[in-house]
Amino acid sequence: MSNAGIALGLMTLALLAAFGLSLRARGAQSLEQWSAASRGFGSVFIFMLLAGEIYTTFTFLGGSGWAYARGAPAYYIIGYAAVAYTASYWLLPAIWRRGAAWQVITQPEYFARAFNSPWFGRVVAVVGVCALIPYLVLQLKGLGILVTEASYGRIGPNVAIPIGTGATVVYVIIAGVRGSALTAALKDTLVLVSVVGLGIALPYTLYGGIGPMFDILITQRPDLFLFPATGLSGTWYTSTVLMTVFGFYMWPHTFGSVFTARSEASFRRNAILMPLYQIVLLFVFFIGFAAITAVPGLEGADVDLALLRVTRQTYGPWIMGLVGAAGVLTALVPGSLILMSAATILARLFTGTAAASAEREVRLARLMVPLVATVALYFVFRGGQTIVTLLLFAYAIVTQLFPAVIVSLRWPRRSHAGAACAGIAVGVGLVVYTTLAGITMSTAFPSMPSAFTDINIGVLALIANVATLGVITLTRAPSDG
Amino acid sequence: MRRHPIRLLALVPAVAILGAPWFANRIEPRILGLPFLLAWISGWVLGTSIVLWLIDWRERSSLPRE
Repeated sequence: MSNAGIALGLMTLALLAAFGLSLRARGAQSLEQWSAASRGFGSVFIFMLLAGEIYTTFTFLGGSGWAYARGAPAYYIIGYAAVAYTASYWLLPAIWRRGAAWQVITQPEYFARAFNSPWFGRVVAVVGVCALIPYLVLQLKGLGILVTEASYGRIGPNVAIPIGTGATVVYVIIAGVRGSALTAALKDTLVLVSVVGLGIALPYTLYGGIGPMFDILITQRPDLFLFPATGLSGTWYTSTVLMTVFGFYMWPHTFGSVFTARSEASFRRNAILMPLYQIVLLFVFFIGFAAITAVPGLEGADVDLALLRVTRQTYGPWIMGLVGAAGVLTALVPGSLILMSAATILARLFTGTAAASAEREVRLARLMVPLVATVALYFVFRGGQTIVTLLLFAYAIVTQLFPAVIVSLRWPRRSHAGAACAGIAVGVGLVVYTTLAGITMSTAFPSMPSAFTDINIGVLALIANVATLGVITLTRAPSDG
Repeated sequence: MRRHPIRLLALVPAVAILGAPWFANRIEPRILGLPFLLAWISGWVLGTSIVLWLIDWRERSSLPRE
C-alpha cells in the first residue's frame, strides 16, 4: 500500500464512521429537531456541542500555523476563550431564560422578539449568514489542505476542496444536531489524542524535550516569543482578545445552541470546565513551534500546512493518516453545524415562522444547504488568506451583534430596533468596507502611533456601533413601551 | 443565589489575560520550560477554571437565603 493510500484510507474511515453515527441517530424530524433538536439537552450534550466549537480546523491547522509563523500573537487564541467562558457564566443563563420564556429557538427569533420587530430579526439573520460564510470557507479550506497533504500532493486542492464540500453537504442533509454531537465525541477523542500526542512527541523527537525545544528556539528567534513593538503588538493582542470575547457567543449556531439547554446550571458547569479543555491548545502551539526548524520556509497561506508537513515528515503515513482523520472531523463537524445553521436561518427567512408547515421548512432548509456550500466554495477559490485571518474577519462582523444583545438584557425597555440596526449597519459597514478597500489602520492614520494603529479594526467598528446605537437611543423621545 | 461579591473575583484572570502584554511580555523566568509570556497566559486560563469554580461553589452555598 502506498503512503498516500494509507493516509487517505484512514481519513476515509473517519468519514465513514461519522456518516454511520449520524445515520444511527436519525429519526422523524421537524425543522426544530433537525436544526436545534428540542429544548431538552443536558449539560453533557451541551458541553459536546459547545466544545465542538473549540477544536475546529481553525485551532488545529490555523493555530499551529500561526504559532509557526508569528509566535506570541498566536497566544490570543488560548486567551480569548477563557475570558469568553468567564462572560458566559452570566451571559448565557440570561439569554437562555429569555429564550425559554419566549419559546424562541434561533438567534433571529430572539432579536425579533427582544426588539419587538420582525424585520430586525431578518437583518440579524442576514448579518449572521454573512459572518458564517467566511467561517465555513475556512473549514472547507482546511478540508482541502488535509486531503492534499495526506495524498502527498497527488490530489490537488482543486479536486480535494469540492469533494470535501460535497461530503459535508451530504453529511448535513442526512444528519442533524444529534449526528453532529455524536460525531463530535469521536472527533474530540481523536483530536485530543493526536494533539497531545504530537505536542509532546514532536518536541522530544526533534529537540529532545519541550524545555530543550524552547532553549533552541529562544536562542535562534527570541523575538518569536514576545509581542512585537508594532504590527501584531500587545495592543493588537488585547484588542483582538476583546473583540473575539464579545463575538464568541454571537455566532448564530452558538447562540442557537444556548436554547437547546435543559437548565441554566449546565452553562455554569460548562464555564468552569471549558477553560481546562482549552489548555490543550498549548500542545497545538508546541506542534507549530516544533515545525519551525523541521519544515522551514512555509510562507503566506502555506503556514496552515505546518502541522501536517511536520507530522508527515517526522512520522510517516500511519500517524499522518490518524492526524488527518482527526483533521477531517474537525472540519466536518463544525462545518456541518455552520452549514446547517446558515441553511436554517435562510429557510426561516423565506418562509416566515408562523405560516409555513414544519415539513416545508425542513425541505427548504435542506435545499439551502448545497446553495450555501456553493457560495462558500466560490470564496475558497478566491482565497489567498490564512485560516486565522479569515476567522478574524468573520469575528469582526459577528461581534457587531453584541451591543444589541446587551441592550436586550440590561435595558429591555429602551431597546429600539432602529437604533440597534443603525449600530450594526455602521459596524459591519466599516469592517466590510475597510477589508474590501484594503484599508488598514496604519494606512488610514499614518501619523498616529502604533499603540493606536495596531488596534483591531473590529474593535473600532464596535465602538462606532455602540456610539451610533447610544446616540440614537438617547435622542429618541422616551417611548411608553 | 446571585449577586455574591465573590463574583468580582472573575475579573482577576480576565484582566491578567487581557493585560498580558503589559504584565508579562518577557521570556525569563521560564516556567516548566515555557517562555514566561506563554506560561502566564496558559496559567491564567487554568486560573479561570479555578476562580469560576470558587464562585459557583460560594454562590451555591449561599443558595438558601434567596
